[in-house]
Amino acid sequence: MLCFMSAKRSDLKLLGGWFSPFVTRVKIALNIKGLEYENIEEDLNSKSDLLLRSNPVHKKIPVLIHGDKPICESSIILQYIDEVWSNGPSILPQDAYDRAIATFWVSYIDDKLFVCMWNILMAFEDEEERKPHFEQLEEEVLVTLEVAFNKCSEGKPFFGGNDVGFIDIALGSFLPFLYVLEKMNGKKVLTVDKFPELENWTTNFIANSVVIETLPEIDDKLVLFCKAFRRKWVTAKAAAK
Amino acid sequence: MADEVVLLDFWPSPFGMRVRIALAEKGIDYEGREEDLSNKSPLLLKMNPVNKQIPVLIHKGRPISESLIIVQYIDEAWSNNKSPLLPSDPYQRANARFWADYIDKKIYSTGRLVWGTTGEVQEKAKEELRESFRVLEKELAEKTYFGGDMFGLVDVALIPFYSWFYTLETTANFSITEEFPRLVSWAKRCMQRDSVSNSVPDQYKIYDFLLDLKKKMHSIE
Repeated sequence: MLCFMSAKRSDLKLLGGWFSPFVTRVKIALNIKGLEYENIEEDLNSKSDLLLRSNPVHKKIPVLIHGDKPICESSIILQYIDEVWSNGPSILPQDAYDRAIATFWVSYIDDKLFVCMWNILMAFEDEEERKPHFEQLEEEVLVTLEVAFNKCSEGKPFFGGNDVGFIDIALGSFLPFLYVLEKMNGKKVLTVDKFPELENWTTNFIANSVVIETLPEIDDKLVLFCKAFRRKWVTAKAAAK
Repeated sequence: MADEVVLLDFWPSPFGMRVRIALAEKGIDYEGREEDLSNKSPLLLKMNPVNKQIPVLIHKGRPISESLIIVQYIDEAWSNNKSPLLPSDPYQRANARFWADYIDKKIYSTGRLVWGTTGEVQEKAKEELRESFRVLEKELAEKTYFGGDMFGLVDVALIPFYSWFYTLETTANFSITEEFPRLVSWAKRCMQRDSVSNSVPDQYKIYDFLLDLKKKMHSIE
């Protein structure tokens, strides 16, 4: 029987934001499966009723709405997409053990890499405060991910093998944010000398057909957005004290 | 065979409890090894070099870390078993994962603050914990378990923290039983399952352990 993925208009809405790495993850996953969707741009300063209704617990993007069912949290959304559209190319590995390993690394990326980069952004104005977070990024987190890449890729271009997979999406979605931090701090971190495999991987990732047009441009608009986001967050935190 | 499955564990750990419960639900034979967290074994450091934490499940020599990842792995690797821990419908699975993730984000770190701090910091943490319990009670509603009739991932994720209730109530001077009766009924229901009662230590034992831990922490200062 001939099976093919048609990009038919499935009832999909993505509540998202151009700047959000977590939203980017969902866009890449939908591209992998060849799915059409309605992209709804949220203003985080004025969240829509739809967003508040669809994610009442966290009130965050991304939310994927399939028919009338909302699914929240980017890794959970990716697993959902993979399970529903199981006929398309896989996002997660087929084998249970490999799946557990992939989920472990995505968890690591969210718990360690993201938190580290967040801390660097928040300490933007204070070099002394930034230093230990940069050290952690360069000497611990990226080193660990370089080793992970070698293990997972087994000589192939992506963590997922020949194709972009779960770990690639989770890590790759943070690249624009990483480049912004490098720009803002005047310091390149993901260098080919220290991280040859990861650096090579970034080139392959960004050029991949499912990724093109999902990542925000690394330009002044994104840098300004990050600075404004940081200012707002720091002000809100100070006000809460 | 018991030597195919090894669990590196620490008896008071709620994360370790989750894995014990999952293994018991599936009727899986395993070798449980108690770790001394102040003197971690070479095996633990080898099997979880990234986080160096328990629990670690070692299945046929291959390690899996992170309690919820282990529980889902157990469900998938022993999937022809009659006790599924996750539903088969993708949307219900996403929902189960969402609530397990909520519990991971909200209960442990806030609970630790309630236990470990005093004054304003403790009061704020107490309020946050109350809010989380409120949200969880709302989600539970009139159901037997979080997943409905089936004991599953969300129940496994949350029930270990029942062993903390006495400690939290005593330390922060509030009654979880009075404020969240539905949650406590659910917990008692879960504790009636052998898999749970054999995996989750008695609340007073945990209280003594945590009291001891506090004394040790203060004597270091």
